[in-house]
Amino acid sequence: MRRIITLLLFCALSVNGYASEGVELQAASIDLSDKQSLQRGAKTFVTYCLGCHSLKYMRYKRLAQDFGLDEKKMLTQIAPQNASIYDKMFTAMNKHDAEKWFGIQPPDLSLIARSRGTDWLYSYLKGFYVDKSKALGVNNAVFPDVGMPNVFWQLQGQQQAVVNMVEGKQIVEGLVLDKPGTLSEKEFDDLVNDLVNFLAYVGEPMQLERVSLGKYVLLYLFMFLGIAYVLKKEYWKDVH
Amino acid sequence: MKPSRLSLFGEWILERFPITKIWEEHMAHYYAPKNFNFWYFFGSLALLVLVNQIITGILLTMNYKPDAELAFDSVEYIMREVNWGWLIRYMHSTGASAFFIVVYLHMFRGIIYGSFKHPRELIWIFGMFIFVALMAEAFMGYLLPWGQMSYWGAQVIISLFSAIPVIGEDLSLWIRGDYVISDATLNRFFAFHVIAVPLVLVMLVFLHIVALHEVGSNNPDGVEIKKQKDAKGIPLDGIPFHPYYTVKDIVGVAAFLIFFSVVIFYMPELNGFFLEHANFIPADPMKTPEHIAPVWYFTPFYSILRAIPDKFAGVIGMGGAIVVLFFLPWLDRGRVKSVRYRGGIYKKALFLFVVSFLTLGYLGTQPPTPVASIIARICTAIYFGFFLLMPIYTRWEKLKPVPTRVTSQPSLDDRLQALKKVYEEVTFVAPLSKPVASPLVKCTFLRRRLNPAGVRSVAKRFVKTLKTSLD
Repeated sequence: MRRIITLLLFCALSVNGYASEGVELQAASIDLSDKQSLQRGAKTFVTYCLGCHSLKYMRYKRLAQDFGLDEKKMLTQIAPQNASIYDKMFTAMNKHDAEKWFGIQPPDLSLIARSRGTDWLYSYLKGFYVDKSKALGVNNAVFPDVGMPNVFWQLQGQQQAVVNMVEGKQIVEGLVLDKPGTLSEKEFDDLVNDLVNFLAYVGEPMQLERVSLGKYVLLYLFMFLGIAYVLKKEYWKDVH
Repeated sequence: MKPSRLSLFGEWILERFPITKIWEEHMAHYYAPKNFNFWYFFGSLALLVLVNQIITGILLTMNYKPDAELAFDSVEYIMREVNWGWLIRYMHSTGASAFFIVVYLHMFRGIIYGSFKHPRELIWIFGMFIFVALMAEAFMGYLLPWGQMSYWGAQVIISLFSAIPVIGEDLSLWIRGDYVISDATLNRFFAFHVIAVPLVLVMLVFLHIVALHEVGSNNPDGVEIKKQKDAKGIPLDGIPFHPYYTVKDIVGVAAFLIFFSVVIFYMPELNGFFLEHANFIPADPMKTPEHIAPVWYFTPFYSILRAIPDKFAGVIGMGGAIVVLFFLPWLDRGRVKSVRYRGGIYKKALFLFVVSFLTLGYLGTQPPTPVASIIARICTAIYFGFFLLMPIYTRWEKLKPVPTRVTSQPSLDDRLQALKKVYEEVTFVAPLSKPVASPLVKCTFLRRRLNPAGVRSVAKRFVKTLKTSLD
């Protein structure tokens, strides 16, 4: 009996031991209550991402509401020119062109933070390195052979991969900044983090509302539990 | 005094419809054993979750669109633009998992206390039909959000039917209504999920309860309370369901809702277990996800499917794992109901069964590896061994004497006191190294540290209790 349990435990541990591939993910720091960060992230998204990627479930009005921003400011500071406050965040690129240029329509990013996770996004956006063999001149350490160019190359600069051969396969072990961009490393990290923070918000815009409501619901339920328990005890006094 | 119009109306109804009779038969004069414990909450909780699923489900259909082009978007529309849509949707998605949690625990209760045994075999059979209907309901509901996992999960499961010789291909085509999962499949699954299966479920629940009230509830001692009655014909160990168990179940409901709300408000995805990450990507028939895993509540059966190398045999194994449960009342030859008075061999078999069921469940969420499939095979063998060898090993059992009346167990208060003692034994209050002004630091709770000697002795006692309880 004891031997069986030990064996099972041992096996359970060894199942977990399979190796994960690629570079380790870096942790993004997500703080949805930081409205400034969300606004900066939105601005970055509109400037660098919206050209190809839509956020088709998101309206500018909702952004203005949730960021506590004046609708006019929203339109002048964040939204692209000529956007209406009721517009959803569609991209200007049409499907036909996209398929001609990239072979595939760039995906809508409304839920990318929920399907991939924020750490993945943060590491992915920082994970581009120069690879002359690729059509776009870059490859990605987190998402190998991705069909997306490094849109931040001017800001970030160029990274080179530290490659190691393992069992005949090239494994990217790390990235080194080769040519610095216009932003310092810290500034660039913050920019990406703000962007990921914004995408985390877009994935589930009601998150803050949900979490803040939770404590009242739980407070009520604990009170209810207390009263229900006292009531039960009162009724059960005569059961022996 | 002239009777009021309301009471006249009441009488008019009562003369024509037996509300009072139903109430007395099933609530006020339904005598349930007085020794129900923790495990007996899950029946009423399953009913609560069923009601939750029906109500939130109806609300969801008001904005959901069963159309391959619109389904995914309509779910996001519910999440973002419908007032309180997110709450309703999370209540429904969390409710699905909660349903399986309470139903698995409810079934486990039935197994440990022998609630499936004579004269309650039919209750168990109805219950098993509920379980099967529930799995169908959950499986079809999971296609509706039309995410990648919805799509490919359904693709994998329906393709299993094609493993059946001769009719397989036609059968799976007939189920799908198309050569792949498509709009036609989505539409029919919607019809089944929102009306056909729920009707069956509600009817089965009704039959389950009627059958239960006919023979009366079992209890943790497995004693038939109807054998010991007082002069008025009321069981000596019975208490009226209402008010005693209604007030007790309210406590269970409150505790359950706390856990339920923690998930809804703080972790609706539960780390990919309740809402899978890949399901936030719209269904794409051209792109197969790297790792297709069903939701957690199907994983034990999915593991059994994967553990068997041949596809058709795997399908038989998976189906058999559920079918074998129907025969439990006749497989078990033990003459005692409750695990409290059963022999060591049954307890050990049950322990192994629980461990292997949980292991299968865990393995089903993971990608297959050679080591994992060996473990899955061992666990599958244990799973079937538990049931199929039951007629043999339950005969050798050395039973303990069963009391004629139900026994009393320590109450919640007693258990909390015991828990507090254990807590005090495994921790000690660290002395203050230097004087601090903050009252928070002076709080003894924060200064408690683990006491190795205490932990050792508690662990030793725990292992000893575990060992004796398995004998």
